[in-house]
Amino acid sequence: MTSFPVEKIRADFPILKEKIRNKPLVYLDNAATCQKPLAVIDSISHLYMHEYANVHRGVHTLSIKATDRYEGAREKVKNFINAKSTKEIIFVKGTTEAINLIAQTFGKANISAGDEILITAMEHHSNIVPWQMLCEETGAILKVAPINLQGELIYDEFEKLISNKTKLISVVHMSNALGTVNPVKKIIVTAKVKNIPVLLDGAQAIPHMPIDVQDLDCDFYVFSGHKLYAPSGVGVLYGKQALLEAMPPYQGGGDMIRKVTFEDTEYNTLPYKFEAGTPSIADVVGLGAAIDYLTDIGMDNIANYEAELLDYATEKANKIKGLKIIGQAKEKGAILSFVLDKIHPHDIGTMLDSLGIAIRAGHHCAMPVMDFFEVPATARASFAMYNTKAEIDALMAGIEQLIEVFG
Amino acid sequence: MFDDLRDLYQEVIFDHNRNPRNYRVMENADREVEGFNPLCGDRLTLFLKMDGDVITDASFQGSGCAISTASVSLMTEIVKGKTETEAEALFKQFHEMTTGKEEDVDLEAIGKLAVLAGVREYPARVKCATLAWHTLDAALKNEENSISTE
Ligand SMILES: Cc1ncc(COP(=O)(O)O)c(C=O)c1O
Repeated sequence: MTSFPVEKIRADFPILKEKIRNKPLVYLDNAATCQKPLAVIDSISHLYMHEYANVHRGVHTLSIKATDRYEGAREKVKNFINAKSTKEIIFVKGTTEAINLIAQTFGKANISAGDEILITAMEHHSNIVPWQMLCEETGAILKVAPINLQGELIYDEFEKLISNKTKLISVVHMSNALGTVNPVKKIIVTAKVKNIPVLLDGAQAIPHMPIDVQDLDCDFYVFSGHKLYAPSGVGVLYGKQALLEAMPPYQGGGDMIRKVTFEDTEYNTLPYKFEAGTPSIADVVGLGAAIDYLTDIGMDNIANYEAELLDYATEKANKIKGLKIIGQAKEKGAILSFVLDKIHPHDIGTMLDSLGIAIRAGHHCAMPVMDFFEVPATARASFAMYNTKAEIDALMAGIEQLIEVFG
Repeated sequence: MFDDLRDLYQEVIFDHNRNPRNYRVMENADREVEGFNPLCGDRLTLFLKMDGDVITDASFQGSGCAISTASVSLMTEIVKGKTETEAEALFKQFHEMTTGKEEDVDLEAIGKLAVLAGVREYPARVKCATLAWHTLDAALKNEENSISTE
């Protein structure tokens, strides 16, 4: 492999030149959201300066241009995750909205009292709460598969929880709190035997590895643009066409209809059936630009480079006395969640910030994971393709310094 | 190193974080209230012993960041011997100091608590400092036995 062009990539991200408290920014909060390359920022201003109008509505030139850009982005998403058809690509606000959409449409149509929904103990709140709400409404039961102390799904226990009543399995592809990458292919193969649909929360996985939904054979795959170098405000719900066809619509309004009278409404075809109202047009176009940018670099190259970063960070972190890594799964993405003996993550966060280093301190919207590891919170450094080993050195030096100050 | 942080992390704060005062469960407490900051997972239980409207003893247990630990530790020291009204007045002053304008703070009354004034510049950390006082407020008002900063 030729070496990864990290310096060239860094130059494409204007914000990386910012100074924070007079020090160069070291941005290691990519799992919360990542920064945007100029190509994405430019695509948005270009749209607003030259090609903006509402989509799907006008016969005028601008509306046609904007619609082309918007639908062009859908085509790009389709290719990026290798969906069969653009009909399977629904634009939503983000992962959270995608999961809620599935709960409120697929869920209400297919899940009733006594049925079971199976998730894991490492889910983000957005893959817990929508199901709890659905269970409350329908009388269905939420089952939670346990994890071990490495932060890995205990597969045998998971399998035991699959029953004749299981109507949906919803699993995080890569955990935001632990970095764990779940054995999703194995899960899907098992689920197929029993005809149980599988939803994958791809919010964290999508920027770190190539995703092929046909190869995975998942029924739903959801992710947010803002964690994929694209703007916030757009996300993707992929669903197999047959499932989406059979689902009732989510919100009612413009764009999602074919014909409306006061007596009756005929719904639009896919994907528009699920896209009521004016979408976040510029953000979708920005997502298309992000995908072009990433495709040029190559998701395989990104995955390899980030694996190198994670190995480097893990090795360095293990040398720091009093540091404990939370989440030591064999299969892991570029996330380093940790705690320090007697130093609270919030103090770590504030102290590193004063050195220009941005990390996340908190429960990472995964309170059950914190409870499991019996910590109130963790500090989390999460890496992106523009991070360097020098930045990891800065992080580790910062940690050593703050340990000294706390004495 | 960490020069910018000198206002926030004063030596007194490190000291109280290392050796929190009044860190114990109180048997036969008259008031026992749990405080919780869902944002950072900080959790503390505050115990009060009352004689009429005078706080005769205060102690706590729980885990939190250095700011919240120092804040509750200092608070348990300062409220001992104070009446409910005096403690509430301190809370008001403390609140003013951490969120309001500098001029409105009575430095004399605040005393040692002044070491926490630095959080004013760190909006993300204000709640760490005020959790203790919100918990005390709930204990004095004899509200439900669990409060949250959210
Ligand atoms: C694993 C996982 N799922 C879901 C989400 C929710 O994504 P969003 O807030 O973009 O809807 C996140 C974001 O933090 C996440 O990390």
